[in-house]
Amino acid sequence: MRGDQGFPVRLRFAKRGKVRFISHRDVARAFERAFRIERLPLAFTVGFVPRPKVSFGLALSVGHESDAEYLDVELEDAVDLDRWPDTLSAALPEGITVTGAVGLADRAPALQEAVTAVQYRVGVAGADRGEVAVAVEQALSRPTLGTTRTRKGREVVEDVRPALLGMEVRPVHDRDDDGRVVVDLEVSTQPKGTRPTEILAAVGEHLTAERVLRTHQWIERAGARLEPLEADARLRVPEARAS
Amino acid sequence: MSNLWPAVEPLLARVQKPARYIGMERGAQAPEHSSALVSWLLVYPDTYEIGLPNQGLQILYEILNERGDAVAERSYAPWVDMEGELRGAGVPLFSVDTHRHAGRFDVLAFNLSAELVYTNVLNCIDLAGVPVRAEHRRPEDPIVVAGGHCAFNPEPMADFVDAFVIGEGEEVVGEMTEVISAWKRSGRTSREGVLRELAGVPGVYVPAMYEVEYDGPFVREVRPRFADVPARVDKRTVADLADWPYPKNQLVPLVEVVHDRLNVEIFRGCTRGCRFCQAGMITRPVRERPDEQVRTMVREGLRRTGYDEVALTSLSSADFSGVDGLVADLVNKQEGTGCVGLSLPSLRVDAFTVGIASEIQKVRRTGLTFAPEGGTWRIRQVINKLITEEDLYAAVDGAYSQGWRRVKLYFLTGLPTEMDEDTLGIAELARNVVKVGRQYTKHASCTVSLGGFVPKPHTPFQWFGQNGIAELHRKVGLVRTALRKSGAQLRWHDPEATFAEGIASRGDRRIGRVIEHVWREGGTFQEWSERFSVDRWQDAMAACGLDAEWYVTRHRTADEVLPWDHIAAGLHRDFLWQDWQASLQAHGLPDCRWTPCYDCGVCTDYALEHVVASPVAPAGGSQGTGQDLSQGGDMPVEFLTHPSTRPDAATGASERDKQVGAHAG
Ligand code: SF4
Repeated sequence: MRGDQGFPVRLRFAKRGKVRFISHRDVARAFERAFRIERLPLAFTVGFVPRPKVSFGLALSVGHESDAEYLDVELEDAVDLDRWPDTLSAALPEGITVTGAVGLADRAPALQEAVTAVQYRVGVAGADRGEVAVAVEQALSRPTLGTTRTRKGREVVEDVRPALLGMEVRPVHDRDDDGRVVVDLEVSTQPKGTRPTEILAAVGEHLTAERVLRTHQWIERAGARLEPLEADARLRVPEARAS
Repeated sequence: MSNLWPAVEPLLARVQKPARYIGMERGAQAPEHSSALVSWLLVYPDTYEIGLPNQGLQILYEILNERGDAVAERSYAPWVDMEGELRGAGVPLFSVDTHRHAGRFDVLAFNLSAELVYTNVLNCIDLAGVPVRAEHRRPEDPIVVAGGHCAFNPEPMADFVDAFVIGEGEEVVGEMTEVISAWKRSGRTSREGVLRELAGVPGVYVPAMYEVEYDGPFVREVRPRFADVPARVDKRTVADLADWPYPKNQLVPLVEVVHDRLNVEIFRGCTRGCRFCQAGMITRPVRERPDEQVRTMVREGLRRTGYDEVALTSLSSADFSGVDGLVADLVNKQEGTGCVGLSLPSLRVDAFTVGIASEIQKVRRTGLTFAPEGGTWRIRQVINKLITEEDLYAAVDGAYSQGWRRVKLYFLTGLPTEMDEDTLGIAELARNVVKVGRQYTKHASCTVSLGGFVPKPHTPFQWFGQNGIAELHRKVGLVRTALRKSGAQLRWHDPEATFAEGIASRGDRRIGRVIEHVWREGGTFQEWSERFSVDRWQDAMAACGLDAEWYVTRHRTADEVLPWDHIAAGLHRDFLWQDWQASLQAHGLPDCRWTPCYDCGVCTDYALEHVVASPVAPAGGSQGTGQDLSQGGDMPVEFLTHPSTRPDAATGASERDKQVGAHAG
């Protein structure tokens, strides 16, 4: 149970460059080491093998980059959160950068359940801009969008249309570093996550997602769309500023 | 183009474990190259996960990068899928640090830790765009260097390697750098010239400077081609580890690797004198790191890396003098966050070791591993592994009674003089161990790990004819049958792989053709069972007109010139032969660190001596100081009279697997 005695904190971080080739699990281990290097006062589970109380949000596929990754960690003592991003980034592998930290309200829901939508920016190969735009328009107008997945060795067709919340081809000048057409994509994470690569394959079978960047994660609550750092932040009393 | 990353990156989306190829470990360096610097690419010829933790490679990486005249980067054998992608895209082997073309380095240096990686060495040279055979290389090609334990018999790799380093590399890499630097400054013309210079560096063996003369199938002589080339190459040894507190910045990988923890080497060398153990023989004498330095390296290493586990490494860490005090302090005084795990490999099998283990594994007592190696006291005297049954039962009783549930036992089979009763003794010991365990818990389990013995150069068993494939299968079968319904599980090493290892272990220069043949037939990653096929090796031997049995299962005689006789580990040939004869009489030999020197040759010839951290020897029974060898020689055996000891084939369990410790399985 969150917030019973400790101080829960939510971090936002980016995963960019070569480090995108490490797995979600590897990222978790890198954070555990960074917490130890910086000697943060982590709260531990009780049991045979005490583990720090850290929980990560939605997994990011190996090879994809992100500007919007989150993790929740529980501390034993309050620390100065303003210093966190820089301190932790220095102890993390190059390319993993902590970009924000907030104290969490008591009993804030876990990241996995709270996040409802994810946004990606995708560098697309396999067609020119015009063809991509046509394919996107057609996909959005269709009621279903089938894609084949392999489940337990069997091929099954699944409809990814309900997961596709929005898709837009970026203007010509927004090509990615390798000159590819860039598409913005918003995907629902509930009831289960759908990969941007799966959506793209359903939009056009010749289209491939060459470069994927997760740009946002969103928590939809009572009609409002919140960024996870803001959604459950502990209210902070504004400090008096000496000027 | 010096940075190949743009070419490598698109390939990574299509391979397993792409993080193998990105580098970026904490502690990694991105050195600036220049034509004035000698550039070394240190290559581990196995996967990244196995190669990254290698301490030898990491030590040289730091030492070279600290020099003003050298830079060093690292590379690992690309897995089969990545090799396919590289070849398909025409991209060469690269360093993981700055993704630089491997063929653009001045030196490609390989770590030879096991024979079955030899074909990977050829593959890496080829992927670097460098001619595989040394004789075809041009002055602009890198100099191919190899070191590590297998370099003590360099001959099977002599066709492919320009210069071998025999022994410890800390000092010699600097001396080699100076020679190569002068050669670069002089315009890098004749390759022969620089190789001849390198041959003059103590500890460096340049095979092209030697001619091998044969006498039928036998080697008659390995002769230097020039007067200034030494007839014998002696190993290099650093006198005092206190001068070498490396690695100072152990690499912290981003992905899981073997031995994924802080590793602090607490001593080198081993004087227990196990006769099958090449590592113990070639790394004498014992040099312990000062106690205080160990503590500093642990403290600073944990702080810098963020690891929560440390291994105190050596061939047998429970033999470190003052180990009990060290362990107690490390376990109790770890400040900082959370819990710190400690593990230490140990060859001792006794209550003392279990005492240390219980100090370490305060809470989660899962598994302990012991290596009695032989099934009966007689065979353990033959191999000089002087563990009594009482020691073993005391150890496992201690383990099970204190909450451990799993005990793993390592044994070798195919040992000299081994009779079926010795082989069956393995099953007998395991059955008794299960019985001991069941007194404490009905969940007690015992795993027997059985390796076929491969005789190694520079050991007393270098003259012994290895057991053949069929004989090893028969012996594994004996143990398997005898373990039915015993509650113990058996795992064994593939006798076919043991046989291939035997070809390379004591091979001569002619085996180079065989290795090349296996590689050309696609035989890479031979230590991976899914990639290994003994047929490839047999076919290659046949194609080269060589008799595999002659190399593997034949006993050598006293007067035979061994292919590695011109390489010296400091052990006198007379000593090794006497020890071989003593073993056949089942006579044990004490540990010379705590009992008088019997002059094996190492300290006397090389003006070295044991360096101990504390004058107090580790406590405890026959495996501590007061070795009781009175039982030695009680049961003389006749060699090779029993049908089960037909010369036939096999591999030792790797030392690194024999772990006692907090997270040991
Ligand atoms: S020379 Fe003597 S003390 Fe040194 S390792 Fe050999 S036997 Fe032991």
